[in-house]
Amino acid sequence: MSETSTLHAGAVGHHDDHGHGHHEQSFISKYIFSMDHKTIGKQFLITGIVWAIIGGLFSVLFRLQLGYPDQTFPILETFFGHWAKGGQIQPEFYYGLVTIHGTVLVFFVLTAGLSGTFANLLIPLQIGARDMASPFMNMLSYWFFFLAGIVMLSSIFVHTGPASGGWTMYPPLSALRQAGDGQKIGTDLWLIAMALFIVSSLLGGLNYISTILNMRTKGMSMTRLPLPIWAMFFTAVLGVLSFPVLLSGAILLLFDRNLGTSFYLSDIVVNGEILPNEGGSAILYQHLFWFLGHPEVYIILLPAMGMVSEILSVSARKPIFGYMAMLGSMFAIAILAFLVWAHHMFVTGLNPFLGSVFVLLTLLIAVPSAIKVFNWLTTLWRGNIRFTPAALFAIGFVSLFISGGLTGIFLGNSTIDIHLHDTMFVVAHFHIVMGVASFFGMFAGVYHWFPKMFGRYMNNTLAYIHFWVTMAGAYLIFWPMHYQGLAGVPRRYLDKKGWVSFNQFADLDKMITVVSIIVFAVQLMFVFNFFYSIYKGRKVTTTNPWEANTLEWTTPINPGHGNWVGEIPEVHRWPYDYAKDGRDFIPQTEPVGANESKH
Amino acid sequence: MQTFFIVAILALGFIITFQIAKASEYVAVLRGYERSRKQTNKINGFLLLAFLIIGLIGVVYCNERLKDKILGAPASDHGILVDRMLYVTLAITFIVFVLTQIALFWFSYKYQEKENQKAFYFPHDNKLEMIWTVIPAITLTILVGFGIFYWFKITGPAPKDAVQVEVVGKQFGWEFRYPGKDQVLGKKYFKNVNPAASNPAGQIWEDPANHDDIFVEQEMHLVVNKPVQLVIGAKDVIHDVGLAHFRLKMDAVPGTPTTMWFTPTVTTADMRKKTGNPDFVYEISCDQMCGKGHWSMRGVIVVETQEEYDAWMASKKPQYLVANPDKDPSVKKDTAAAPVPVTAAVIR
Repeated sequence: MSETSTLHAGAVGHHDDHGHGHHEQSFISKYIFSMDHKTIGKQFLITGIVWAIIGGLFSVLFRLQLGYPDQTFPILETFFGHWAKGGQIQPEFYYGLVTIHGTVLVFFVLTAGLSGTFANLLIPLQIGARDMASPFMNMLSYWFFFLAGIVMLSSIFVHTGPASGGWTMYPPLSALRQAGDGQKIGTDLWLIAMALFIVSSLLGGLNYISTILNMRTKGMSMTRLPLPIWAMFFTAVLGVLSFPVLLSGAILLLFDRNLGTSFYLSDIVVNGEILPNEGGSAILYQHLFWFLGHPEVYIILLPAMGMVSEILSVSARKPIFGYMAMLGSMFAIAILAFLVWAHHMFVTGLNPFLGSVFVLLTLLIAVPSAIKVFNWLTTLWRGNIRFTPAALFAIGFVSLFISGGLTGIFLGNSTIDIHLHDTMFVVAHFHIVMGVASFFGMFAGVYHWFPKMFGRYMNNTLAYIHFWVTMAGAYLIFWPMHYQGLAGVPRRYLDKKGWVSFNQFADLDKMITVVSIIVFAVQLMFVFNFFYSIYKGRKVTTTNPWEANTLEWTTPINPGHGNWVGEIPEVHRWPYDYAKDGRDFIPQTEPVGANESKH
Repeated sequence: MQTFFIVAILALGFIITFQIAKASEYVAVLRGYERSRKQTNKINGFLLLAFLIIGLIGVVYCNERLKDKILGAPASDHGILVDRMLYVTLAITFIVFVLTQIALFWFSYKYQEKENQKAFYFPHDNKLEMIWTVIPAITLTILVGFGIFYWFKITGPAPKDAVQVEVVGKQFGWEFRYPGKDQVLGKKYFKNVNPAASNPAGQIWEDPANHDDIFVEQEMHLVVNKPVQLVIGAKDVIHDVGLAHFRLKMDAVPGTPTTMWFTPTVTTADMRKKTGNPDFVYEISCDQMCGKGHWSMRGVIVVETQEEYDAWMASKKPQYLVANPDKDPSVKKDTAAAPVPVTAAVIR
């Protein structure tokens, strides 16, 4: 560590003018195999955006099938050949789309794209460090992620198609090649991609933790850390403790598939073939999977929560309400996240007593979540709010988090879950609370820190259109979906016409499909705005455009490798002194005055 | 052609939007950022309030449109408990939903940036934190208490007089086995599965309990107001016995049998009258992703009176006799030599 910090201290002296001075850095070491945390953050973000477009496009395709099950789309056959024979999406293809959509958005976009981007960008900048504890590991983390993406992408192009067992990849379905085309090579590639991804997230997570613990600048005590940093810290701890469990689950599954072991297999007659395996437990995989799978929800949500806290405070020109309560509730969420995984398994034949314990622990998580919501509301109360695009997305996040969080109280209660489990209600619930809400956190972050990343602003008008269409669209798509779930419509049903109980929603499905296409188009507009603004956006002229207190706004407009020119500033106060003693904002670097009131 | 038009219209719409967006940037430059920022602030503040009002109306409208499309009253005793818990939770969460959403959007609107408004320095208040820790905690404790009470009722041991029926899922259909007169399901072993020899369930014929077991596919019959315990298994991958009208669900896991019991309270015939749909049937939906036919893995449950049930049962022959026609007293010796028809193409 000392070696790297001297290296940076030395390097900083050399390139004062935005990092591209006479310090010899080739294109490759500057932009591709970069060890600068800011560049790595951008790499994560742009890769995440590419994956989000792929994942989003897949959802539009399967929404077409859901909304218009009888119509043919010849253009689909042009692009996808036998997967869309006669212009109709075939079941195997449908399930492949659903599976890759889920995997990509949960892991590649909302885990790597969100944490990878903002942990990398914000941790050194906000704690006052020149870079990560290990810039090399950080670079490896990105490239493992990239490799995982290549393997996942290649699985889409193999002859038998991508994995199609759902993003949870439950065996025995995922363990048996005989069970379907998607269970052939596609599933192997999926598992390998996930293993690479886990390596990436572990390298990143260890780095985040050690950087936050060891490399804070002078005066930056743990209780003076901005909330995004605390959120990234808890996220990294969750990831480091839970991802290895998924890795083990995935490796055992690879063994079952390729080496003839029976970890998950027992008593199986598939496609007329009697398999020799006996004594395995299919449920074991679900325990291993959800031991990651549930913390994963918070791995996705916590960074969004942290950034929303920061952005709400900055936009309301008012300190975040209950900083310590926010920390406490994040801590409680992080602990409880490990103790609730079996609420995904209430109907697997789980011992009812065990089930009741998980009900208690699951609903307990609603308490810290409620505290956070009330604290955000109080932060807005009597503020002086500037509706920047980031602020709107942060407000939208809170709204969605309330809506989706409350439906969690239904699903966490095992009695109700018996009926709602694996129905469209679940789909609506987790898309609102985890999917769209975290996306809102990510959008808020992108709009807020874009000036820091690229030295330019994004176009505001496009940003406002983006917000309002996405906000309205999110509710139009997912709110009525709860009703389908209440009617018992199961997830992953690509055509409901043959069912007496579920065929009454044809109009609704059409409406949802139309709205989702519009929302997707508007996301493309965001992507356009993003790339356009990198090159043509209005230039930032001040180092602190949002008049915020945190350290990243004390760096030059385009900080070079090493972030600060000269000494790293010293910190004298917490980051939320807004509206204090009649002053709009007081940066963390300003010493506490003699007559200043205490908070 | 149609696709081309849609793409063209989208592209055109986008170009127009983009030009407007660019123009508004120039306008902002001309009028000064500060002034145009204040104006957009007002617009967005107003939109937030409008979103709240339209949104709340939308929630009511959506409910009006869709409330008749969700299932009617539950058709089992356990379903009543599930629905009661659901509506209690709905009442509580809906109040919280409305209050917090109103607070969120109203505060945003009310405290938007204004000339002479100063933000209030209010970093923490332990009393408030205490209030909104304790109130949710108490509410959730009540919900947990009720929930666990019902949960144990539903998952508790089946009544002694419950009929056992075995339900087995496979890609992509359902098989059922009734215990016959002795009320005991005979033993089975998956390596005995042999549809060609009329043994699709893998029954062990040496077990006498198997001799009167009746095997059927796709359609299960149950007696109204009589408790039934389903013994659930799967042949190949995990399936799930989803009974939406009974509000019940249980996974079918290969190698690990599960059980679920309930009492159906409305016959299929009564339900047809209630729903006004002459084609109504209770359906078993597979609720766990099981492969390419998952969405079509449908079974049917017929709930009927004891007499109807007995008549149906009497028309069925134990699988033992189907597989071993030489043991069947009703089959004459000379015809027994003729080829035995296989019950059905059980496994494709």
